Amino acid sequence: MGIFETLSFALPELVLVIGAMGLLIAGVFLGDSAAKHISLASVGLLLIAIILVIFGPGAPTASLFDGAFRIDAFSDFAKVIVFAAAAVAILMSDRFLGGEELGRPEYPVLIVLAVFGMSLMVSATDLISLYMGVETQSLALYILAAFNRDSRRSTEAGLKYFVLGALSSCLLLYGASLIYGFTGATSFEAIASVAKASDANIGLVIGLVFLISGLAFKVSAAPFHMWTPDVYEGAPTPVTAFFAAAPKLAAMALFVRTMVTSFPDVIDDWRPIIALIAVASMAVGAFSAIVQTNIKRLMAYSSIGHMGYALIGLAAGTSSGASAVLIYMSVYVLMTIGAFACVLMMRRRGGMTENIADLSGLSRTNMPLALILTILMFSLAGVPPTAGFFGKWYVFLAAVDTGMIWLAVAGVIASAISAYYYLRIIWFMWFDEPAPAFERDTGPVLRFAAWACALLMFPILTVFMGPLIKTAEWAAASLF
Amino acid sequence: MVEIGLGNYLIVAAILFAIGMAGIFVNRKNVIVILMSIELMLLAVNINLVAFSQFLGDLTGQVFAFMVLTVAAAEAAVGLAILVAYFRNRGDIAVEDANLMKN
Repeated sequence: MGIFETLSFALPELVLVIGAMGLLIAGVFLGDSAAKHISLASVGLLLIAIILVIFGPGAPTASLFDGAFRIDAFSDFAKVIVFAAAAVAILMSDRFLGGEELGRPEYPVLIVLAVFGMSLMVSATDLISLYMGVETQSLALYILAAFNRDSRRSTEAGLKYFVLGALSSCLLLYGASLIYGFTGATSFEAIASVAKASDANIGLVIGLVFLISGLAFKVSAAPFHMWTPDVYEGAPTPVTAFFAAAPKLAAMALFVRTMVTSFPDVIDDWRPIIALIAVASMAVGAFSAIVQTNIKRLMAYSSIGHMGYALIGLAAGTSSGASAVLIYMSVYVLMTIGAFACVLMMRRRGGMTENIADLSGLSRTNMPLALILTILMFSLAGVPPTAGFFGKWYVFLAAVDTGMIWLAVAGVIASAISAYYYLRIIWFMWFDEPAPAFERDTGPVLRFAAWACALLMFPILTVFMGPLIKTAEWAAASLF
Repeated sequence: MVEIGLGNYLIVAAILFAIGMAGIFVNRKNVIVILMSIELMLLAVNINLVAFSQFLGDLTGQVFAFMVLTVAAAEAAVGLAILVAYFRNRGDIAVEDANLMKN
């Protein structure tokens, strides 16, 4: 394949990274006053990238750069959702950042660079490109967490994220070095051909455990979740909204691809580890969230729990398991964006509020917001007619199909416990004495994003779940 | 004369990695020490990679080691930048004081 043909396959990534550099230069020359335009231009870049992924040139499946980078249905599916979630996150940030005098041009540029890293992650088929993707994403995210550099909380969040993120990268790398040493290869395909069940080498297994720990850090699964609540609470709210959606999906997609394509024959070695991580995450998500009073912190624990459910699909290790992960993560991304759009609308005269108590009596002071949040909370809890229920259903089904009934039962118990704190929020909103009302003027973007996500959760996706499932199955099939 | 083989390199790397990890978790005083520990862990990984590369007669490991070195430089730059922002707000960089957010 010639160089131009190779590059034509990687066009979405090229658009993102060259566009981000151009916007950075434009930002330097035009100054803070151009922040709004640069945000819109970054959204434009992401939209172009989405179009290129869907309608771009080249075959639907291709392996580039000596097998380091692969384009297939799986990567396309993940990329479209990641790009779209990032574009929405940029649009949702505008008003908040303007209000806090944080509207600086580097913000959207950093998001685009992080998205470039995620795009590498979901396409990585080599330990080196895996590491480069993870780091490209993480370095941009560390800065975003500390974006409000005059705030003690935000810089502390950035510092914590940096230290624990760097630690997790070290674990991942150490695992990668051992896997390289004991298989003699870095590409997933070559690793898979060496790592056969018959001679499961102890060095390889140790490397695998380190690699899993590093990846579990990135998806914030227990017991590697310690950074999540602090970073979510300390980072500026729009940044948290971004963190909770796109990077989670990218890291989960990377996790699935790594496990399923490079270690299919040693599944008996890694399945119990993933199952254990899944159960631990669900337990942490269910119990720790109950005592939270800050809504961002609550969402952090909730996301830890959701990663647990998604990992059940990975523990199944089958094609239906992988498609269940994709379905779950897409639904999760939508729910999270909607929920954070609502959190961003919790604004009173004098600034943002983040306490759950501020939501009490919302149905009397702001009926539409209360309705949206109610739908989203039901969906997060996994109550039947909402899309959140179907996400959990397919994950549990995949576990039962592979004979891990105990894992599905653990998932059901955890979702029953976590329903308590989601329903508690609904109780506050509908049956408590009203707290002072929020400002009504929240801007069209947030309102639209919140309504769109809530309506997608119920009833749109309830009715049209079929196409999503079909697409996810088609995407997952390209892994096997 | 003792032959220095792959095993020796792996043990040194494992020890360095463990020291780095301990440096992150045991240290309660200074964030700079944490940054140093992270560098130590990354270098332990590099020793691993280069030793394996030599042992296997395969250059991929050395390419990987160069990638790690480059990223480590970028990571140190970002880490120090965040640390400077943190120091400006707090006036100190003690680890035990980084506790604004608690359950």
